[in-house]
Amino acid sequence: MGRILLAAIIAIGAAPAFAEGQAPKPMTFTSQKIELPQSERMFPGGPEAEAINNNCLACHSAGMVLTQPKLTKAQWTETVNKMAKVYHAPVAPEDSAAIIDYLTNLKPQP
Amino acid sequence: MRRSFETRLNRRAVIGGIGFGGLAASFPAWAAGSVKLPLPGGPDERQLTTAFPGKGEMILQRTHPPLLETPFEVFDQGVFTPNDRFFVRWHWASIPTEIDADAFRLKVHGAVERELSLSLNDIAELPRFEIAAVNQCSGNSRGLFEPRVPGAQWANGAMGNALWTGVKLKDVLDKAGVKSDAVQVRFDGLDAPVVDEAPDFKKSLDVAHAQDGEVMIAYAMNGEQLPILHGFPLRLIVPGWFSTYWMKMLSDIEVLDKPDENYWMKTAYRIPDTPGANVKPGEKGFPTVPINSMVPRSFLTNLKAGQRVAAGSPIALRGIALGGDCGVKSVEFSSDGGKNWFPTQLGKDEGLYSFRRFDGSLPSLAAGSVEVKVRCTNTKGVVQPDAAVWNPGGFMRNPIETVAITVA
Repeated sequence: MGRILLAAIIAIGAAPAFAEGQAPKPMTFTSQKIELPQSERMFPGGPEAEAINNNCLACHSAGMVLTQPKLTKAQWTETVNKMAKVYHAPVAPEDSAAIIDYLTNLKPQP
Repeated sequence: MRRSFETRLNRRAVIGGIGFGGLAASFPAWAAGSVKLPLPGGPDERQLTTAFPGKGEMILQRTHPPLLETPFEVFDQGVFTPNDRFFVRWHWASIPTEIDADAFRLKVHGAVERELSLSLNDIAELPRFEIAAVNQCSGNSRGLFEPRVPGAQWANGAMGNALWTGVKLKDVLDKAGVKSDAVQVRFDGLDAPVVDEAPDFKKSLDVAHAQDGEVMIAYAMNGEQLPILHGFPLRLIVPGWFSTYWMKMLSDIEVLDKPDENYWMKTAYRIPDTPGANVKPGEKGFPTVPINSMVPRSFLTNLKAGQRVAAGSPIALRGIALGGDCGVKSVEFSSDGGKNWFPTQLGKDEGLYSFRRFDGSLPSLAAGSVEVKVRCTNTKGVVQPDAAVWNPGGFMRNPIETVAITVA
């Protein structure tokens, strides 16, 4: 996001650069703004879903996790470790085990 | 149970569905129904959504960051995939939702004679270049892998074909003057990880590839300005290669004097360096390379699994094919398990990297079950394999597709 702001600052004072006599209809650009739908879906379950709901939803919604095929504990451990170690998700070590257990026990659902 | 469940589904619910193993669940109010995908062992039901800006009905694989799959019936409507039905895939959740066209700059730097900061109008002044090309996710069809692998569980709809308009990457690189010691060119877009320390999504191509005159920077898709979800204002187009390289919201081009070792090249999006990228499930220690060019595929689009057709009259077949990193030479079909193959008629040639339509006719059949197979041979002579490949990333799937129909 910082880069957009920077680009905006650089642009101040820059004149538009339309060339005369170029190809028939040069492309013109219109600024865009959209609003993306947000997911309010939580991981189902009681206290056992607390760790996953607290740690995982800032970076991605629950849907894709809940529609994974049945995966082994080793596969979920690898995924959760990747999120924490490679993608730097701030997951407390004590929460990791709870998240892995939750996912391993997950019954795949739509 | 089966009946009551089916009535809850949208009219277009079954897309080549095989099994029926899903569980009922409640969906958010904005869901537009649901669909069943042929994902072995399930879960195979997904919501349909029309909630995304600029998008028609899409299969919801993930809301945030968005993963939207194209419903397969869209591919029966023509070789170009409409922008509002084109699949969507973002890696990181920090996606700009507002972009000022006047303020935007594309930066070119690194091993170049002149650093550039180009406005969109600067880019529009360069010679216009246009190409039809299939954009296919590296993990398209991952959900069909057996044994299943983790990741986005796409069926076959993480692909699309568009006419891309813009400028040749070569022309932009020439403007900057690539230095003689350059080896790769790295691309970065405006999206960013939520956590600062996470690896920003960047991809690289070898310099010669970047300068081949086909790799391009698109500003329009099917004749319209790129939608934000497809990478407004600029997107890299790498014809014949998987879309992991097709950087959306392209804002930064860095010419490198040594090979890119960033996570997204060195660790992620790697395939086994074996024929077909095929390994045995559980196999370890094989060498890997970054995923690269696509392989031939073909799909029947007018017949769905389980469809009933009339006995005693010929059955029209049609579908789409792609050559991969070259053109489509032929598409054939078989209705006897692959013993005998018959030619189809290829439709208009929109370019090497485009989908190509094919049409065929099955002779009239007696009542019973029939498996119809289609296979593409590309202009390099590569044929789709009988059996699906397997690898832990769920990449490069392209077996001969089979659709089982009932003649009655």
